Amino acid sequence: MALPDLAKKPQRFTGGHRACAGCGFPITIKIILQAAENPVVVGCATGCMEVTSTIYPYTAWRCSFIHTAFENAAATVSGIEAAYRSLRRQGKIQQDIDFIAFGGDGGTYDIGLQSLSGAMERGHKLVYVCYNNQGYMNTGIQRSSATPRGANTTTTPAGTQLPGKPQHPKDLTAIMAAHDIPYAAQASMSHWNDLYRKAKKAFAVDGPAFLNVLSTCRLGWATAPEDTVDAAEGAVQCNVWPLYEVEQGKWKLTFKPKKPLPVADWMKQQGRFKHLFRADNSQLLESIQQQVDENWQRLLERCGE
Amino acid sequence: MTLSSQTKNLLKAHEEVDAKIEPNAGWRDLPIGAVIPQGGTATQFATGDWRTIRPVWSKEKCINCHRCWLYCPDMSWISEDGRIQGVDLTYCKGCGICANVCPTKVHAIEMHPEDDFKEDEAAKEGGK
Ligand SMILES: Cc1ncc(C[n+]2csc(CCOP(=O)(O)OP(=O)(O)O)c2C)c(N)n1
Ligand code: SF4
Ligand code: SF4
Ligand code: SF4
Ligand SMILES: [Mg+2]
Repeated sequence: MALPDLAKKPQRFTGGHRACAGCGFPITIKIILQAAENPVVVGCATGCMEVTSTIYPYTAWRCSFIHTAFENAAATVSGIEAAYRSLRRQGKIQQDIDFIAFGGDGGTYDIGLQSLSGAMERGHKLVYVCYNNQGYMNTGIQRSSATPRGANTTTTPAGTQLPGKPQHPKDLTAIMAAHDIPYAAQASMSHWNDLYRKAKKAFAVDGPAFLNVLSTCRLGWATAPEDTVDAAEGAVQCNVWPLYEVEQGKWKLTFKPKKPLPVADWMKQQGRFKHLFRADNSQLLESIQQQVDENWQRLLERCGE
Repeated sequence: MTLSSQTKNLLKAHEEVDAKIEPNAGWRDLPIGAVIPQGGTATQFATGDWRTIRPVWSKEKCINCHRCWLYCPDMSWISEDGRIQGVDLTYCKGCGICANVCPTKVHAIEMHPEDDFKEDEAAKEGGK
C-alpha cells in the first residue's frame, strides 16, 4: 500500500483531541484504523488515549467507542463481540464488524493482564492493541512493567538511592504468544508499513490477535516533540524493541537492523535516561546493553535466524 | 475572568446539551449520562491555539510522499485524491513532527514562530 492511496480512505480518528503536541499514540490509532476494512467497535481502557480523545461532550472517534475502566478493556470488548455473535446467529445483524480493544502498557502489562489473558484464552475474535508508551503517563509518569530498566519515573526517581527503574521490562508479546492465539506481533508507530501489514493480518485471523505497538510519550520520555518518530525508530534500531510476529505458533522477525545501534545512542536522546551518562552509572549502562543483546539472541533463535 | 476560547467552546457545547432538556422533564426524559450521541465532535474543538511554531509548506518542493500526512498526530495535512493540498492549522499544535519526517533532501516544510505571522493576521483582521 502506498501512502497517497492510504490517505484516500476516510479517517475515523479526528483532530481536536487533547493529547500533548507530538504525542505518539494518535499515529498508532491512525495506522491501525486505516487498516480496518469493516466498521469498527473500539473499547479503550482509562489512560492518556481515552482521556485525551473523549473529553465530554467531545470525541475524536468517528466510530462506536466505549470507555472501560483501567483494567477491563479486553473483558468489555469480548462481551461486545459475544453479543454480536449472538445477534448475528439470530439474524439481527448481517454486517461484518471489527472489534478493537486499546489499552496502555499500564492497562495491559499490569492491571489489565488477567482480563486480557481471559479474552485471549476464550478465543474471541478481537484485536487487542497495547499502545505501549512505557509508563503510566496519564497520572504523571509512574513506572510500569513495560518501563525500560534505568528510566527515571516518579516511582523510580533517579537520584542518590536509585539509578531509575531497577528491573528490565517483561516480555508481554511472548506471554501473549504463549496463549497460542492465531496472531501476536510487536510493532512500532515509526515503521508504519510493518504496523499496517500486521494490523491487516490481525483483523483477518479468525480468533484473537494481539499487537504490542511502541508509541512514544514525549512527555514521559523527555524528548523534543518533533522527535517522536525518531525516538520510536531508535528503539527498533538498537534492538530494545524488535519487530516480529508469531503466526500460528511460528515466530518471524519482520525487521533486522543492518547494524544495530548501541542502546546508549537511543537513550542519549531522552531526558529520562540522562543520569545513566554519569560516570558512576557506566556499569549499569553496560549491563542494560548486555541484557538487550541476550534478549535479541534469544529472539533470533526463536525465529530460526 | 477572561475565558479561553477552548473553555468557551466547552461551555457552549454543554449548554447545547442542557437546552435539549425540557424544564419540567422527569428523570426518564434526561439524556443518558456520559454518552456522546455523535462521532467526531472533537472537530469542534480547535487545538490550534496551543501552537507557538507553525509549519509552512512549499508546494514546489513537495514530492507528495505523504509522510507528513501519516505522522501528524493532529490530522492536519489535507490530502485530496492522493495529492497533498497543504496544512490546515485548525488543530495543528506545532509539534514539528511533519517538518522532521519530510525527507531531508526535500525539506518542503519549515517551522516558523507564530510571532512572525502576528502582523499578517492583525492586518487581515483590520481589513475585515
Ligand atoms: C483502578 C484504577 N487505578 C488507577 C487509576 C488511575 N489511572 C488512570 S490512567 C492511569 C495510568 C494509565 O497508564 P497506561 O495504561 O500505561 O496508559 P497511558 O496513560 O500511559 O497512556 C492510572 C494509574 C484508574 N483510573 N483506575
Ligand atoms: S503524557 Fe505522553 S502519552 Fe499522554 S498525551 Fe502527553 S505525550 Fe501523549
Ligand atoms: S506541526 Fe505537528 S500538529 Fe502541526 S501539522 Fe506538523 S505534525 Fe501536525
Ligand atoms: S512529507 Fe514533505 S515531501 Fe512528503 S508530502 Fe509532506 S510536505 Fe510533501
Ligand atoms: Mg502507558
